[in-house]
Amino acid sequence: MKKIKLYSIFQRFSHWFQFLLILVLAITGFEIHGNFIILGFSGAVKLHNLAALVLIILYLFIFFWFATTGEWKQYILTKNKLYAMIMYYAKGIFKNEPHPVKKTELSKLNPLQRITYFTFRFILIPLMVVTGIIYFYSSINMGVKVNPVKLISIIHTIGAFVIVSFVIIHVYMTTTGHTIFSNIKAMITGYEEIPEEED
Amino acid sequence: MINKTYFFAFIISLFFLTYSYADNNSKNIQVNSHSNYQILKQDFKKPGDVTKACLTCHTEAAKDIMKTSHWTWSNKTDKLPGREGKIYDIGKKEGLNNFCISIQSNEERCTSCHIGYGWKDKHFDFSDESRVDCLVCHDTTGTYEKFPSGAGYPVGGDHGSLKGKESVLFKGNKKTYHKPDYGLIAQNVGEPGRENCGVCHFYGGGGNDVKHGDLDKSLLNATRSIDVHMAIDGANMNCNDCHPAKNHEIKGQLYSVESEDKNRVSCEKCHTETPHTGRLFTDKYDNRYNNKLRERKAPEKTFEHLILDRHSKNIACQTCHIPHYSKVHKTKVYWDWSKAGKKFTSGPNKGKPLVLKDEDGNVIYNGKKGEFKLAKNIIPEYFLFNGVAGHTLIDDKIDPSKEPIELNQMYGDCNSKRTKIWPMKAMKGKQPYDPVNKTFVYVKLFGKKGSGAYWSDFDWVRSATEGMKYAGKPFSGKVDFIETKMYWPISHMVSPKEDALKCSECHSRNGRMKDLDSCWIPGRDRIQIIDIFGFLSILGVIFGVLIHSSLRLFFGKKFKK
Repeated sequence: MKKIKLYSIFQRFSHWFQFLLILVLAITGFEIHGNFIILGFSGAVKLHNLAALVLIILYLFIFFWFATTGEWKQYILTKNKLYAMIMYYAKGIFKNEPHPVKKTELSKLNPLQRITYFTFRFILIPLMVVTGIIYFYSSINMGVKVNPVKLISIIHTIGAFVIVSFVIIHVYMTTTGHTIFSNIKAMITGYEEIPEEED
Repeated sequence: MINKTYFFAFIISLFFLTYSYADNNSKNIQVNSHSNYQILKQDFKKPGDVTKACLTCHTEAAKDIMKTSHWTWSNKTDKLPGREGKIYDIGKKEGLNNFCISIQSNEERCTSCHIGYGWKDKHFDFSDESRVDCLVCHDTTGTYEKFPSGAGYPVGGDHGSLKGKESVLFKGNKKTYHKPDYGLIAQNVGEPGRENCGVCHFYGGGGNDVKHGDLDKSLLNATRSIDVHMAIDGANMNCNDCHPAKNHEIKGQLYSVESEDKNRVSCEKCHTETPHTGRLFTDKYDNRYNNKLRERKAPEKTFEHLILDRHSKNIACQTCHIPHYSKVHKTKVYWDWSKAGKKFTSGPNKGKPLVLKDEDGNVIYNGKKGEFKLAKNIIPEYFLFNGVAGHTLIDDKIDPSKEPIELNQMYGDCNSKRTKIWPMKAMKGKQPYDPVNKTFVYVKLFGKKGSGAYWSDFDWVRSATEGMKYAGKPFSGKVDFIETKMYWPISHMVSPKEDALKCSECHSRNGRMKDLDSCWIPGRDRIQIIDIFGFLSILGVIFGVLIHSSLRLFFGKKFKK
């Protein structure tokens, strides 16, 4: 076993902060959507807007961090071992087969994660931010002839369902590491124990 | 020398003239106390003589009055939606409603609310200036009363049993009416107050708060919770503060008798269009009301307040600020004429029309009129309304399969600029119609026994025959009843801001906008199929996780190294 440092303090902080914001956004969002009442509509709207604003700022920091640290390279999509990853989750994992992709400081994400997180970070979240901003401005710009609020609501809602589904799968996938909690531990402490390579 | 004197006199008189002219223009015209006028200090025999005395000074008043709908009860328009270009009269005179249906052939009773004397039938002379009733609007003594069934006359007037009398009992409300003291009243005339307007606009339809719902006698001594504007502990405004008159033409209208988007009173006359974040009052009115209002703290400029300001583009102020109407007294919300005709079968009133009352003493059944439903603190119905209303007229063919028939129709759609969400009183009822000709009918309600009037003879066919004959309209001889609906926009009884609607009252699945066919309202609207697929996908994911993890658990043990 060897301990490697996977996640910097910024990464860990931004990850959990993001998790909290998305939780708040999901709850308030579905309240605004009319699914339940916790804060009341106006309270939910205000908290949703606030959380969204903070999330946008957080993402600016994240993207800045990506750019300056070169971590964006983690998200370069690759087909290499993609099939192996899929087969691992579909079959190998049940037979305790070894993980086909080794985590290193230089490559933390397996090809499947790269696709998923790329989609999440660079497509899904920006989509939610953009539709959210349009939603915000159309709700304070009522009385215009063509108000896109309906279309925007629909896209934003679909995005919300996708994110909630993602979070569930994401949380579950953390249990597929070396031990059940090793991935979560890594995201808290920054270090992960990785089996020594057998040369 | 003489020329010089004349010249100075001329200059001095010119000075006075300009001075008094300027004075008149800078302030409201100073009304002299009418008690000084000799012409009003006479023993008036007839109400028309008072009018003549008024007109000796106010020479144009009657001519002005005669142009107004308060006098004509008529409103001709060529802009009825769907039939523009043809002229129709949608005024009170020929219009239909689902209260007392129509004034046609019932003038004698209905015109107790006409600002004239003697409109007892269609032969009334609308050009006779002596028939204008100045006093009903300008009496300040509170002693002037028209007799309820005297064709607009007070006791002593030139109509039927009122002639020469000092006091007469009206059986309808068991109240005795007296001959007015014309001299006293005439010497004390003034600007119309709440009581003057209220005598008709609060009591229209035969009693307090029967018709409008947002206008009733509670406004005479309103508290802020009833109406912030008229509240005696609030702005203490008068009717004519919002409904000013020019040459007796009073600002304002109502879509029960109007179709076009014109002559409306609007909140924005006094309030700015950004009352939630900016200033509450426009410049013009800043000085008008007491400093108490002016010194009020400027509203906070929060996100919520900004959003509220934006709402005013799509939503009438009334929608949020009049959360309920008929706050004190009950108003009629349903009137089923088809149930009329029952009589007392025993007791002292045996044989007379049956009358039933609710616990508050409101009549809920009257053998002459049918069954009523009354309510108070009512949540309005909401409409997309652009200021254009349609009307169902007496000549219009109706489709009985489309029950309830709307007597007026509110136009509006979510993409037009003028359209806003408006609160309305929806009056429902069942009223007589002609099932063969498929038209509504005028019915004669008021009249002596044998005249065919329903309230005396209790025969709908005769009543409709007389009503339609009177108006010169075709009638098949058959009467049936049909559900109708009529909409009365709500503008009065504005609540204090604490009572205004909260966001969630509309932005929720089953909130106030539940039945409104409108643009997208967040919190109310969703695309059902997206929600279904969305929640299915979440469930599916959870299910997948469960399967996957149990498989891991199962095989994990099996393949344990």
